[in-house]
Amino acid sequence: MDFKLSDEQRMLEETVGRLVRDGYPFDVREKARTSELGYSTEMWQQFAELGLLGVPFSEDFGGFNGGGPELMVVAEGFGRGLVLEPYLATVILSGTLIDFLGSDSQKETLISAIVGGEVRLALAAYEPEGRYDHTHVATTAEKSGDGYVINGSKAVVLHGDSADKLVVIARTAGSTNDRNGLSAFVVDASADGVSRRGYETIDGLHAAEISLNNAPAELLGEEGNAIDALEKSLALGIVALCAEASGAMEVACDHTLNYIKERQQFGVPIGKFQALQHRMVEMRMELEKARSMTILAACSLELSAPVRAKRLAAAKAIIGKSGRKVAEEAIQLHGGMGMMEETAVSHYAKRIVMIDHQLGDLGYHMQQLESLLDLDEDAA
Amino acid sequence: MDINYTPEELAFRDEVRAFLDEKLPKEIASKVKKNQHLGKEDTIRWQKILNEKGWMALHWPKEHGGTGWSPIQKHIFEEECAEYGAPTVLPFGVNMVAPVIIKFGTEEQKKTYLPSILNSDVWWCQGYSEPGAGSDLAGLKTKAVREGDHYVVNGQKTWTTLGQHADWIFCLVRTDPNAKKQEGISFLLIDMQTPGITVRPLITLDGEHEVNEVFFDDVKVPVENLVGEENKGWTCAKYLLTFERTGIAGVGQSKAALKHLKEVAGKVQQNGKPLIEDPLFRNRLADVEMELMALEMTNLRTVAAAQAGGVPGAESSFLKIMGTELRQEITDLFRRAAGPYAQPFLPETFEADYDGEMVGPDFANSVSTKYFNMRKLSIFGGSNEIQKNIIAKMILGL
Repeated sequence: MDFKLSDEQRMLEETVGRLVRDGYPFDVREKARTSELGYSTEMWQQFAELGLLGVPFSEDFGGFNGGGPELMVVAEGFGRGLVLEPYLATVILSGTLIDFLGSDSQKETLISAIVGGEVRLALAAYEPEGRYDHTHVATTAEKSGDGYVINGSKAVVLHGDSADKLVVIARTAGSTNDRNGLSAFVVDASADGVSRRGYETIDGLHAAEISLNNAPAELLGEEGNAIDALEKSLALGIVALCAEASGAMEVACDHTLNYIKERQQFGVPIGKFQALQHRMVEMRMELEKARSMTILAACSLELSAPVRAKRLAAAKAIIGKSGRKVAEEAIQLHGGMGMMEETAVSHYAKRIVMIDHQLGDLGYHMQQLESLLDLDEDAA
Repeated sequence: MDINYTPEELAFRDEVRAFLDEKLPKEIASKVKKNQHLGKEDTIRWQKILNEKGWMALHWPKEHGGTGWSPIQKHIFEEECAEYGAPTVLPFGVNMVAPVIIKFGTEEQKKTYLPSILNSDVWWCQGYSEPGAGSDLAGLKTKAVREGDHYVVNGQKTWTTLGQHADWIFCLVRTDPNAKKQEGISFLLIDMQTPGITVRPLITLDGEHEVNEVFFDDVKVPVENLVGEENKGWTCAKYLLTFERTGIAGVGQSKAALKHLKEVAGKVQQNGKPLIEDPLFRNRLADVEMELMALEMTNLRTVAAAQAGGVPGAESSFLKIMGTELRQEITDLFRRAAGPYAQPFLPETFEADYDGEMVGPDFANSVSTKYFNMRKLSIFGGSNEIQKNIIAKMILGL
């Protein structure tokens, strides 16, 4: 048992840490956030130059061959800086799915382009009626000529507005909630038959509602057999979100602690009041839990599917529960200042709370956990 | 980064399991698992078995008969003991007074007291709290006045756990009434047979006699029973309070209790279905399960940091708060699992030799007493509010 990072992991942490510290001060982030794209393409090129876009991919494509702990280190650093760029959408959700399912030539083309920063992607999996259920897929794909055409709607597709290509989950067999019969496709976002309504999300990111109307598509892997790979990619996404939340919660706690040490009322710093001290301690306790569960999730990706599912559900649920407490308390302890757009902590609070709305919220993951309550980890 | 045990750590766990399989008396483990009363003789019997194996003093250095184990080994041992239903080793001698004697005592004191602690021949209790000194421990008033080769002790201690069985008590006493609060305190070892000592039982809300009041009326204590320097007792007290507490999170106890709770909830019927299938109950179980996973990982992180040479200080305050809240939550769920049968109060059924009829399901007889008894967890050992004060000061710098 050893919780220390390896030398390579520590170097990765330092790289991300330096990038966020130097390249991501609040005013720079605000400029990127309020731009039309909602993030910075220069920053994206820096990610490419530093090798960050290759973290989960094999060395053959210029990658780092990283697993859960490596993605954790990157995402935690991004969480500290509230990074806006479409790393989760492109690298983790879409990229790893292409990596799991794609043919050698698809990988050669797409993964290399991701690693080089030449292409940005979005995963179009969830649907308007499906909430957080990735098996709820009414969107269909059927053969047409050499390829396929897709019909259906996809909901709140993270960074779907600016993606060059979409990885779309569509049904090639079965009915709406079947686990079997799901296939993954690459769709050119500018193709005829793809219409996108892009928008900003409350936490300063971007997303899109996407309609596919006989949109031309290229199959990834075997038809009807995408579920296991999809769940592996979503698991990586959950690890990244847990880590991002931990990083953001850490900064929210730090800002709050600094604030209550400085802000004076009744002639003393408000941090002298026990009522606030105890709330601050509780925030830190929630942060420790979040960190612990992030580590557990990151180190559980290679385990059997039910054990992995149980641990990830518990991790994401704790993040939802603890994140809400930290976000709300951070605002409360900042008083009126916590309500202000100009105060950084309000942006941290928004991101932390919205992470609960991505890849399954507290309620969704508690239900997953409930369904696995009787699982004996040692036997599984 | 690897959250799994190494092959060596797994081999150690196997060794612990083999020992517990062979040496832990089945009838004692059964009492622990059924929440039946453990007598003084059960505890001593188990502690002597541990000592025969050389596994009694987890935290002592090897030269004094300790295990010399690493933090991870201690953690594994405590976790397995909880899983097997081994009685909790009484901390007052081996884990409280002994480390103070080892750190601050004279060679003579070490020779006098340590062997009998190791072999559980002497039962110790703790004389810290007083009616006017709870969370504000340094406000204690019991005074010791030096007269020749004796101190004369007058005052009162309270919440003295299992003091009714104790042969000796270690006390914080005021030796300089004029010094600042923390500076006039000394650490004294007192024979409970000394004339002038009276022990009076305090009955707690669950009907148990676990704690006592101890009165000192002109009690003569030889000066050689002073540990460390006169008026430096607060240093001993602080050392003891921050002394390595790997087991403070109670992860093993919570795991064992949650496992039992799931079994019970799988049997109890509600609306024609096992209670465990009730959505609300299952949701609370899931909540406990995930909080326990978070606690376990946080505990392991602390253990691993200690393994790497770090000294767990105020971090153990986090573990104390999280661990005790979780254990209390589980007792609340047990109470709910029993339904109306949480109400009957039949203390005679807690005895292992009770052979009469039970009222309601077997597990239900102790759920409410346990629930009320476990309220103590967030009060003793530095109340959870005091733990928050410690974190605010030591970690947050507030």
